[in-house]
Amino acid sequence: MRPPVSDLPLVFEDVSALVRDVTLVNGISLQVDAGAPTVLVGPNGAGKSTLIRLAMGLVAPTSGRITWGGRAETDGQRRAMVFQRPVMLRRSVAGNIGYALHAAGIARAARRERVADLLAQAGLAHLTARPARRLSGGEQQRLALARALARDPEVLFLDEPTASLDPAATKAVEDILRAIAQSGVKLVMATHDLGQARRLAGEIVFMLRGSVGEQSGAERFFTAPATPEGAAFIRGDLVI
Amino acid sequence: MQTRRLFIASAVAAALWAPALAQEKSIVVASTTSTEDSGLFGHILPIFRQATGIDVKVIAQGTGQALDTARRGDADVAFVHARAAEEKFVQEGAGVKRFPVMYNDFVLIGPKSDPAGIKGSKDIVAALKAVQAKGVPFVSRGDRSGTHQAELALWKQAGIDIATGRGPWYRDIGQGMGAALNTASSMNAYVLADRGTWISFKNRGDLAIAVEGDAKLFNQYGVILVNPDKHPHVKAALGQAFIDWLISRPGQKAIADYKIDGQQLFFPNADRPGA
Amino acid sequence: MHEGSSALALVLGGDAALYAIVALSLVVSVSATLLAAVVGLPLGALLALVRFPGRTFIVVIVNAFMGLPPVVVGLAVYLLLSRSGPLGTLGLLFTPKAMVIAQALLVMPILAALTRQTIEDLWAEYRDELTAMRIGPLARVMTLLWDARFSLTTTMLAGFGRAAAEVGTVMIVGGNIDGFTRTMTTAIALETSKGDLPLALGLGLILISLIVLVNAAAWGVRRAGEIRAG
Repeated sequence: MRPPVSDLPLVFEDVSALVRDVTLVNGISLQVDAGAPTVLVGPNGAGKSTLIRLAMGLVAPTSGRITWGGRAETDGQRRAMVFQRPVMLRRSVAGNIGYALHAAGIARAARRERVADLLAQAGLAHLTARPARRLSGGEQQRLALARALARDPEVLFLDEPTASLDPAATKAVEDILRAIAQSGVKLVMATHDLGQARRLAGEIVFMLRGSVGEQSGAERFFTAPATPEGAAFIRGDLVI
Repeated sequence: MQTRRLFIASAVAAALWAPALAQEKSIVVASTTSTEDSGLFGHILPIFRQATGIDVKVIAQGTGQALDTARRGDADVAFVHARAAEEKFVQEGAGVKRFPVMYNDFVLIGPKSDPAGIKGSKDIVAALKAVQAKGVPFVSRGDRSGTHQAELALWKQAGIDIATGRGPWYRDIGQGMGAALNTASSMNAYVLADRGTWISFKNRGDLAIAVEGDAKLFNQYGVILVNPDKHPHVKAALGQAFIDWLISRPGQKAIADYKIDGQQLFFPNADRPGA
Repeated sequence: MHEGSSALALVLGGDAALYAIVALSLVVSVSATLLAAVVGLPLGALLALVRFPGRTFIVVIVNAFMGLPPVVVGLAVYLLLSRSGPLGTLGLLFTPKAMVIAQALLVMPILAALTRQTIEDLWAEYRDELTAMRIGPLARVMTLLWDARFSLTTTMLAGFGRAAAEVGTVMIVGGNIDGFTRTMTTAIALETSKGDLPLALGLGLILISLIVLVNAAAWGVRRAGEIRAG
């Protein structure tokens, strides 16, 4: 059951982030609403990862303000994140999910069933007792997804989740993401894979050199990008 | 994981605490390395325990350190062999009364090759003069023990101020009798030792007795109860029981009975008033 | 122990005194390591994870104290526990308890310093994930300590090795009392000073074998754990 308070819309108000004298994002103003997946695209160093880390509170803004559902302070319990290279805890697959459930405050009694559910969703039911560190790359990423889902998130952030995976594993992950999106979870995902953006995005945010180049519906962006850089990027030309 | 750790911890705690409960009737005796290393305590203490049920825990240190330990109240009884230091100990109120117990003698140990040319002599003073004159290696315990204090007194009797008269031949090691003998054995040096430790010492190398029998080499042992007025926790009754036994017939007999290879090491003399 | 026996004969003959000495050595050193771990592991984790004023200073001190001279620790504890000292009324001097306390002090910096390094490295790897999962500070420490358990086992063995091998501390605070506070190392020192070098050497070999056995057992436990948990 979802509590009445929502973390969306996620609003960046003139947010800048400097880390060790390097400007990662510069005066970004952006609003992310509930609904279809929002995909961040752009060349390396554009600030896609940084934007997501700012939204998750892993990085603090140097200036500007971030609000979730109109609130500047939240406990972040309804947000979850999946990283490009997931870190597996030194325990079994089921143990990793149990850990995430425990961290999300789910009582021990309810956990077993939830673990089984999540494993099924991620297609890992046959690997319940396997040590998580001995999974393949694709399996580990699916476990990371299951862990993130254990938090029953309203928003799921993903930072290039399939960048290290082969095509078969990538497809498996994308299938799960589609299912998650359809179940009502808002996805905010960074990717450098244009094909993946086409397959999954409802909305595109094109980023360049620490700023937002354009933000529009996915179909609009791919057929008629508003900026020349955006167009160049879609064509595959180098955009720095 | 948690419960198993707890179980192990309890078992260990039991192992550590149980002996303490079992040995309520025990005393701590600060004594010298010569009485311990020679094996005397290994022989007489079981007899004492049999007779009285009292467990004696011996801390074997040099005389100086043993008296310090007793002064601090960390022992109940002191059993050492440096009369002057013992009498001072009683005088300053740290001990109750000094009782003579037994004696043995010191011997000058040296290499069989006898570089100082003193072998077979019965004159320790002349021997030491020869050692110093020829600059032959000599190991000193240097640890304020009874043996060390006796050695210093002998240098003095030889008219040698060892503080200024020493040279590289004088090896001051600051350790117990066993260590001193080991060092002398490996350096082929002379060393003053008590006969008891020498007889039971196993690493003789090329060493043998060079000088013995001089009256100046007489070595008296005394036992003192630590003053309970200064340290109320001292087990005065049990400590006095130990002293009483040492100077009694059975105790003196036990001491006399201790032999290595048929040789008696310590000679009881509790009945000699001026000892 | 019987005069003139070889160490092997004592082992095979089941000499009670030798077995008592071996048991005491193990109990004292294992207890000391566990006691040191209770303080040292959380301290190491704290130093790894929390930035507070004076942290660098404490890290340097802890690292330096890995090399604390055992005889100095023994002397310091002796002065503390002596009847004339501040904790004299506890009556702990010249007992196995004092030996455990003193060895724990000796081992604690090793455990803390190595734990700090291990946890620091692990935190660098886990930071993003655990922060994203909104793990509280206490849970964070527990998670890292548990996930680092194999490295920490090696750390504990290093601490145990230090305790089992040292003689200066237990000699001073224990007094090498026959049948009460005599351990392998103090027995070896004693037999050496009695000139019975073959026996001392034999005891030394027994001690080394014991330490190897403990390490082998720990290795077995670790392998079993690794196979189960990856």
